[in-house]
Amino acid sequence: MRIQVHPILEFKKGKKISFTYDGITVEGYEGEPIAAALHAAGVRVLSHSRNFKRPRGFWCAIGNCSSCNMRVNGIPNVRTCVEPLQDGMTVETQQGRGVIGGVPGE
Amino acid sequence: MNKAEILVIGSGPAGLKASLSAADQGAGVTLVERDPFLGGQLVKQTHMFFGSKEQYASERGFKIAEKLTAAAEEHPGVRVLKGAAALGYYDDNVVTLELKGRVLPVSYDAMIMATGAQENTLMFPNCDLPGIYGAGAVQTLMNVYGVLPGKRVAMLGAGNIGVIVSYQLLQAGVEVPAIIEAAPEIGAYHVHASKVRRMGVPIYTSQTVVSAHGSDALEKIIMVELDDSWQPVPDTERELDVDVLCIAVGLTPLTEILFQAGCEIAYIPELGGHVPRRSAVMETSVANIYIAGDVSGIEEASAAMVEGTIAGLTAAFNLGYGRDSYEQKIAAANLELDALRKGPTGEKIRTGLQNLKKTGEVRQ
Ligand SMILES: Cc1cc2nc3c(=O)[nH]c(=O)nc-3n(C[C@H](O)[C@H](O)[C@H](O)COP(=O)(O)OP(=O)(O)OC[C@H]3O[C@@H](n4cnc5c(N)ncnc54)[C@H](O)[C@@H]3O)c2cc1C
Ligand code: FES
Repeated sequence: MRIQVHPILEFKKGKKISFTYDGITVEGYEGEPIAAALHAAGVRVLSHSRNFKRPRGFWCAIGNCSSCNMRVNGIPNVRTCVEPLQDGMTVETQQGRGVIGGVPGE
Repeated sequence: MNKAEILVIGSGPAGLKASLSAADQGAGVTLVERDPFLGGQLVKQTHMFFGSKEQYASERGFKIAEKLTAAAEEHPGVRVLKGAAALGYYDDNVVTLELKGRVLPVSYDAMIMATGAQENTLMFPNCDLPGIYGAGAVQTLMNVYGVLPGKRVAMLGAGNIGVIVSYQLLQAGVEVPAIIEAAPEIGAYHVHASKVRRMGVPIYTSQTVVSAHGSDALEKIIMVELDDSWQPVPDTERELDVDVLCIAVGLTPLTEILFQAGCEIAYIPELGGHVPRRSAVMETSVANIYIAGDVSGIEEASAAMVEGTIAGLTAAFNLGYGRDSYEQKIAAANLELDALRKGPTGEKIRTGLQNLKKTGEVRQ
């Protein structure tokens, strides 16, 4: 859901682009945070807690808490609340701690 | 290695003013901000400010951010690095930055930390459900990116942030069925509280949220009344259907790098928790490291600007700049701070600063 009209603010949006979320094509605006585009498309669950696999959404939206970590273009633990969206990105729900440079985290 | 004469970390009202005041005295400033834009909290604030003309009263926060950002970007003495997060402190006055996926060490003669604060969480069953967000997070999503957080949003906390963000939710066309406050009184300025009440939002004092429910994301919360000793009153539980709950229960200063640099820290609840000890002119216990704004104690943008000015002037002075005008400019800034902190709304901060002082002098 996006704000269409606002009494005070004007939103300068980037170019409309598309990316994939767990294989599904989603639209968003270039340069906005990935999590903002997902939220606008109705996706609220971004990650899962390590031990109990509880669903997690964003919390701080400023890159402080890691609640929004996902795999982006194959790179795990990307804070999607601050990572700018680009055309053709592959965004996936991450399983476990992720693998960096071929070294498994768990 | 990259060298900065004065390295300013964080570009909220405190960091922007610190950069401008130091550069005006002739010092070379490098201003580092992890966001792709400058302004800190100000960029999301659509409401008009209180205070005096010096702190841009009756201007909207984001307009103040635009002015200060333009001034910093145009100032020949300020080099701006956006999208650069300060990661850590190393010996011999070095801080590392993450810039475009690379680590960049920067050495400095003086550093001003103006990293602001982070939002506090609150523990209750299912408090981690998606849909339970920091009030500042919702403000960012809505006012910076134009995305609505949900359809029906409850607010927990009736301090300034809770009440102002509720008003901004209404502005964006979202329904706000309740502002819930555990204390018996509303903490926000009454002008703001009356405004949301007039718009039909009930503020429930002496109540809190005991649990949240929903399968994959928030669907409803359970509220309860509290007695005089903040204990739940039996049989007062009631449900409220909401898809978002905003948590606005205070902020904690972002002091990690200062801890790491060995700055002496004191625990002062009135200032938001652990804060660096500092002199009257914002220098910490470690020579050449200064602080300003929420990182030195949770207060307001207006005070953050004045503290930034003081830190910037002092850092420049100690490097030999602006010796003639220093005393006079500091005296003027102190008068502004006193004016901002007087009266009943300034009581908490005054108490906090007194308690901080009781921990002893930090340099002269
Ligand atoms: C809803 C709301 C309403 C408010 N209303 C008012 C009001 O009416 N009047 C008023 O005076 N005040 C108001 N305030 C308070 C005011 O916004 C804050 O007190 C003020 O912004 C603090 O300024 P600051 O510069 O210390 O921190 P911030 O504005 O938080 O800026 C800190 C900056 O540092 C950056 N940063 C943090 N860590 C790093 C790092 N490691 N590396 C690089 N950069 C980093 C952050 O990205 C941020 O840009 C309000 C606050 C809120 C949330
Ligand atoms: S929501 Fe906190 S880091 Fe992204």
